[in-house]
Amino acid sequence: MARTFQAVVVGVSTGGVHALQKLLGGLPAAFPLPILIVQHIGADADGGLAKLLDERCPLRVKEADEQDEILPGTAYLAPPNYHLLVEREGFLSLSADPYVSFARPSVDVLFESAAAVFGPGLIGVVLTGANFDGSRGLKTIKNKGGVAIVQDPADAEAPQMPQAAIAATGVDYVVALDGIATLLQKLAARRNTIPHDEKGRDD
Amino acid sequence: MQIDDVEDVEIRLLLEGVQRIYGYDFRDYADASIKRRLNHWLAESGFDTFSQAQSQLLRDRSVFESLLRGITVNVTEMFRDPTFFRAVREQVVPFLKTYPFVKIWHAGCATGEEAYSMAILLNEEGMAGRYRMYATDINEAVLQKAGEGVMPITEMQRFTRNYQKSGGRASFADYYTARYDRAILSPALKKHIVFAPHNLATDGEFGEMNLVLCRNVMIYFKPALKERCLRLFDSSLLPGGFLCLGLKESLERRKMGERYEELAAPLRIYRKRYG
Ligand SMILES: C[S@@+](CC[C@H](N)C(=O)[O-])C[C@H]1O[C@@H](n2cnc3c(N)ncnc32)[C@H](O)[C@@H]1O
Repeated sequence: MARTFQAVVVGVSTGGVHALQKLLGGLPAAFPLPILIVQHIGADADGGLAKLLDERCPLRVKEADEQDEILPGTAYLAPPNYHLLVEREGFLSLSADPYVSFARPSVDVLFESAAAVFGPGLIGVVLTGANFDGSRGLKTIKNKGGVAIVQDPADAEAPQMPQAAIAATGVDYVVALDGIATLLQKLAARRNTIPHDEKGRDD
Repeated sequence: MQIDDVEDVEIRLLLEGVQRIYGYDFRDYADASIKRRLNHWLAESGFDTFSQAQSQLLRDRSVFESLLRGITVNVTEMFRDPTFFRAVREQVVPFLKTYPFVKIWHAGCATGEEAYSMAILLNEEGMAGRYRMYATDINEAVLQKAGEGVMPITEMQRFTRNYQKSGGRASFADYYTARYDRAILSPALKKHIVFAPHNLATDGEFGEMNLVLCRNVMIYFKPALKERCLRLFDSSLLPGGFLCLGLKESLERRKMGERYEELAAPLRIYRKRYG
């Protein structure tokens, strides 16, 4: 089966500021895929995180606005107090729906909506966090043929979220934070046809 | 073909049917959110698929009404985004005060918290009796609740915090009476608010408004429907009137934006230019 990856989605909670700096910091400005991120964050936060990451990482990082076009080489952070979703037309949308998995923004909401649009072209990444958000979404990503990467719980500041994700579905890669940027570049570089059975093997 | 595609087709047909039979048009709602809500409704409805639901949905109005409640997102709070309400108090009210009487439209008011917050604010700023508010929503069940002005007492702590952060001048407890697990808003707040059904997708304008608020409603709409709403608000607003959007909504990339100046930059308060 042919596969070209189209997007990366990332879910992270406790310890997220450090983890995102490390992950995004390891990717070049020309990283060919868009990255959509839910970091659990207080309702009153002011967009400072996106600015900080943008300054420190080669990639462009911004807080998502409604109807932002999804562009490669750009990382979009869900704004505080809104869910972040993907529209079929290649745009982002926001919602003020109730909390999902005790969170808004919720990782599950982003992952499920992205899986519906990108199907097998999606890479889902679950990083450190002290809750269960993201595991249902990662399962949906797998069900639609996408790839699942989870930070090694032993390496995570808070292991619960990675552990829950691993328990919820068959994940393709369990990797220390240090290795995730490299892995993403490797996957993103395979933009031509890949035999389906090669999926999951880290070559 | 993926299962997902079948579902997309079913949803399209369902929304088409709903529009034809009941006149409610959800076809221009952003896909991702409405799909989530529809799936949620389907899971609770007992039908296995949308196709299965369709036949009853089109014949039984009560099924449609449960769908309507499921589709609309009515989450709201008093003084939601306190910094926004502070800016209204400090930067918009001084202009409103120059009029003997002002008219205000809350489009998509849900259970009314935003309108009641505005009533508190205007009364505190000395405008009691000098305004009329039209608070509208597509969902008549929430309008009914809005008119009652009764809220769960458990919310009061959060609302009080919001109120204080928004620059409230009194004690929030002055505005409600606690009765068991409920907080009953002071009837004086309701006096100048009219709650009424209005559908932004199909209905017309409200004339001669000084202030229009439509917060966290258009985020659920596709660009064409957003455009329709903005035109509606524009034709409802007097020159020099104010348009308030949700914190993540902006006129920046819109043609309409040229006709407005941004008053409080990140807070999405716009003022319609004269001429
Ligand atoms: C998330 S609430 C926003 C409430 C309030 N404005 C706030 O910001 O707290 C969205 C409201 O928009 C209403 N709505 C959805 N579609 C609408 C339409 N076509 N016309 C009017 N109201 C609509 C929903 O019923 C819901 O009550």
